[in-house]
Amino acid sequence: MRSFTYERARTPAEAAASVSSRQGAKFIAGGTNLLDLMKLEIETPTHLVDVQDLGLDQIEQTEDGGLRIGALVSNTALSAHDTVRSDYAVLTRAIAAGASGQLRNKATTAGNLLQRTRCPYFYDTDMPCNKRKAGSGCAAIGGFSRQLGVIGISDACIATYPGDMAVALRVLDAVVETVRPDGETRAIPIADFHRLWGDTPHIETVLEPGELITGVSLPKPIGGQHFYQKVRDRRSYAFALVSVAAVIQSDGSGRVAFGGVAPKPWRVSEADALLPNGAKAVVERAFQGAKPTEDNKFKIPLAERALAGLIAQARS
Amino acid sequence: MEFNAPAGRNLFDDAKIVGKSTPRIDGPLKVSGTAPYAYERHDVADNQAYGYVIGSAIAKGRIRSMSLDDARRAPGVIAVVAATETDPVGTSDYNNAPLFGGREIAHYHQAIACVVAETFEQARSAAMLIRTDYERDEGAFDLEAAAPDAPLASKAHKQGDFDAAFDAAPVKIDSRFHTADESHAMMEPHATIAAWDGPKLTLWTSNQMVNWAKESMAEILGIDAENVRVDSPYVGGGFGGKLFIRADAVMAALAARAAGRPVKVTLQRPLIPNNTTHRHATIQRIRIAASHDGHISAVAHENWSGNLNGTDGENATAQTPSLYAGPNRLIANYIATLDLPEGNAMRAPGEAPGHLALEVAMDELAEALGMDPIELRVRNEPDSAVPGRPGRTFSDRNLVRCLREGAERFGWDKRSATPGAIREGRYLIGMGVAAGYRGAPTMKSAARVRLQSDGRLIVETDMTDIGTGSYTIIAQTAAETMGIPLERVSVELGDSLYPVAAGSGGQWGAASSTAGVYAACVNLRRAIGEKLGFDGDAATFEGGRIEAGEQSFAICDAGELSADGEISFGEFKKEYNVASYAGHFAEVAVDIYTGETRIRRMLAVCDAGRILNPLSARSQVIGAMVMSAGAALMEELAVDPRFGFFVNHDLAGYEVPVHADIPHQEVIFLETLDPIVSPMKAKGVGELGICGPGAAVANAIYNATGIRVREYPLTLDKYLDRLPEID
Ligand SMILES: Cc1cc2nc3c(=O)[nH]c(=O)nc-3n(C[C@H](O)[C@H](O)[C@H](O)COP(=O)(O)OP(=O)(O)OC[C@H]3O[C@@H](n4cnc5c(N)ncnc54)[C@H](O)[C@@H]3O)c2cc1C
Ligand code: SF4
Repeated sequence: MRSFTYERARTPAEAAASVSSRQGAKFIAGGTNLLDLMKLEIETPTHLVDVQDLGLDQIEQTEDGGLRIGALVSNTALSAHDTVRSDYAVLTRAIAAGASGQLRNKATTAGNLLQRTRCPYFYDTDMPCNKRKAGSGCAAIGGFSRQLGVIGISDACIATYPGDMAVALRVLDAVVETVRPDGETRAIPIADFHRLWGDTPHIETVLEPGELITGVSLPKPIGGQHFYQKVRDRRSYAFALVSVAAVIQSDGSGRVAFGGVAPKPWRVSEADALLPNGAKAVVERAFQGAKPTEDNKFKIPLAERALAGLIAQARS
Repeated sequence: MEFNAPAGRNLFDDAKIVGKSTPRIDGPLKVSGTAPYAYERHDVADNQAYGYVIGSAIAKGRIRSMSLDDARRAPGVIAVVAATETDPVGTSDYNNAPLFGGREIAHYHQAIACVVAETFEQARSAAMLIRTDYERDEGAFDLEAAAPDAPLASKAHKQGDFDAAFDAAPVKIDSRFHTADESHAMMEPHATIAAWDGPKLTLWTSNQMVNWAKESMAEILGIDAENVRVDSPYVGGGFGGKLFIRADAVMAALAARAAGRPVKVTLQRPLIPNNTTHRHATIQRIRIAASHDGHISAVAHENWSGNLNGTDGENATAQTPSLYAGPNRLIANYIATLDLPEGNAMRAPGEAPGHLALEVAMDELAEALGMDPIELRVRNEPDSAVPGRPGRTFSDRNLVRCLREGAERFGWDKRSATPGAIREGRYLIGMGVAAGYRGAPTMKSAARVRLQSDGRLIVETDMTDIGTGSYTIIAQTAAETMGIPLERVSVELGDSLYPVAAGSGGQWGAASSTAGVYAACVNLRRAIGEKLGFDGDAATFEGGRIEAGEQSFAICDAGELSADGEISFGEFKKEYNVASYAGHFAEVAVDIYTGETRIRRMLAVCDAGRILNPLSARSQVIGAMVMSAGAALMEELAVDPRFGFFVNHDLAGYEVPVHADIPHQEVIFLETLDPIVSPMKAKGVGELGICGPGAAVANAIYNATGIRVREYPLTLDKYLDRLPEID
């Protein structure tokens, strides 16, 4: 870990301005991802701006019947919130499937959206990795890629966005709210928030330098049955091989997003439309153009079978 | 005391303390966080500095140059010990991998430097400033590719005419299995504090075998063993990973010399899988042939593993000569030379992966015969002669009882003989069984017992407690033999200043070290007798009193007295095959959609002679069952054959079971006694428990789904395409 300076900001605008004005500055929220990466010097911030005093830890009803979740709301608080449990259950289920109780207590909504990949070569600083060091190459391509991505990946990077919460947010059409260093706010649909890797896998979201996430808003509830299935090698405390978030209506229509397969929660609206036709049709469409490796090609039939299980459950 | 004939009736046959479930006497220290584990021994030496070890970034080749100046100038840095500036240290009989020094690199994450600083953070941060330039060599990293040309590790064992018998038999199976490289993944990382006092070196460390550590450290550093003291009173798990000196101890010693003050070093978790040892992967081919009524006529078990230097492989055939009858036999172990990190002992080396193959092969044979797998095993229970070791006789063996009693308890009669027949909602349900066999060796073991004037007793021995419960069984043994309450015994372990005990490994620790304590206590009884004027062997020691004929004493009448004793084991044992046995059962549910396997129940029925402390013995078996479930379902160090290393080298990537994976577990101990083992008539259980459960899980998956996967771990990607079609 490199030495760094530390400050606790008092207002969102101040936090954003502070990070943008200093080369190598970063926000820190729960620290559950950032600190691990700093210990390995995968992240080497020179200055940390702690955002925990910004008063962004509330969950409120919005005027249009939705919900606004502060950026600092913990994963535990969010998943346990009454309205979330009753009206956005896919979110509760996704969060509860992630990490461990201790981590969820500390992990925040914004930090969770920004957690970095779990590609093992990204974590081994002796290995080439374009995401860690632009232009150094990608050790995972041609290597051990069982956990890695099958779609939306590039010749520069085949890693995934590993999280669970965002997959549920994707089926709920959440919107990420931010404030920029100049004080301007913006609302970014979750669909546009994470970028595909392309040639620049080190740039993972559309956030600009110093742009602070202030919250995430959810549109009004959409009803239906809510599912989150996380398939993994062990029953808890493991990242998804594949996860499926789905909201299925009584007429068989609905929405579905996949986790553990791509640089972002993977949802294709044409595939959603095929839900009444069954899992095979949905997955064929959603994974059109997939480029799996020998190690991870099982993820596509696995996604189909997992979704089929949810559809069967919804029907029964 | 030499144990040179089978044990007759002795005081343990009427024991009041030994054999009773006894909570760990060291429990309060552990739950209050005050048990002194190596890295936290702040009080043993003043002015401790922190060392941080760097591992090689290549698997094979050499270091061209290292730039050390930035690290040396970094804040807080006291010393940098670098491979390029240090002659290679020696090796000992206990390690194949070079531990440090010189430019040659034999495996990934081989230690190449240690940075010493005032704080851990300073040492780590400075370490990352070191730049190393390498010249990379090609290496051999792929066992599958190297296996066909691998030489025999030792002469093949042939009995009868395997080929002819196999060809002639009406029913046979021929299967190939793969087991994975595995990491010990013990909770406590390797850690050592080293301090020099002139020529004398003290290591406060975490090691299973104190005397081996002392001797090999002397060899490695080229110093006199009498100048090395090793202290390892608490070990946070080892599983074989701490049987030998590793880089933490070597680097701490060199760093302490360079820094001129005590240095503490722990291996950071991501370094452990590639820097230290692991269980070798195996490829196993098993052929078994039988008559229609299930009598085995021929068995061949061939096994391939690989290691640095092409020596010391994973002998997965270890159980095969003893487990089942059959006249025609072939056993062969091949060892390839690989440039991966060093493979070495991990809990039940050989037998653990051996059972994953043999006990599945038996399931396959049962199916080919249309027989119940328990009946097949019972039918092939050998008589007293060991089938694959001519001239040897079994000591006490109760495998059939384990299987029969287990079947009864587990509800084996509810198992469907047809696979894939039982479905509950989205789950396919199945049951599996496996036999368990693990040798029960003993090792010479010594102890000292010191009677205090207040009637308290102190036991001193360099035996270790690696979480197994040695403290408690040693206290029980001493209390029993001296006839005093358990509370009056205190136990000091793990210091090389104490008499040399068996140490913890190969499941020999419990049986041997308690026998050594018994030997010391017998000598103390004699010494008390001499002092007070009676025959210590004939007297009765009970309730803190001594009854010797007409005479009666309180034990403290003897005042302060000390006695040493050692148990050693005579030649007569060589005629016997002394082993522990188990029947392992598992029930699994396989998700018909995703293929995820979840274990529902596990049962082990164990035959291990006298169980010294049922409470801690049960914990041992339960932990071993968990580890075996891990080997069956998820544990694998993934090899990258391009770079030659284990990729998933931390606990996020190397998945071991969590609580949610392990449901109800039951352990039953048969009440048996084995007089061939030691005066205690007790055998080990710590490794028995890992021999078989994984195979029972694999067989249960087959019973649930009708799908046989022979490549461990049995992750869902290996059988997803063979699960029933879904709509
Ligand atoms: C062992 C382990 C297992 C895990 N398992 C799972 C799992 O199964 N599923 C899962 O989904 N996750 C899992 N996680 C990830 C965990 O959910 C994340 O670490 C956590 O959500 C990050 O939140 P944080 O508040 O601690 O973020 P931090 O570590 O504080 O920050 C993460 C990143 O977000 C940035 N950031 C933080 N707040 C803001 C803000 N308001 N605006 C802009 N940028 C910001 C930081 O600069 C940093 O780059 C696991 C983590 C660990 C350590
Ligand atoms: S897949 Fe991406 S994260 Fe992994 S090594 Fe390649 S570039 Fe790095």
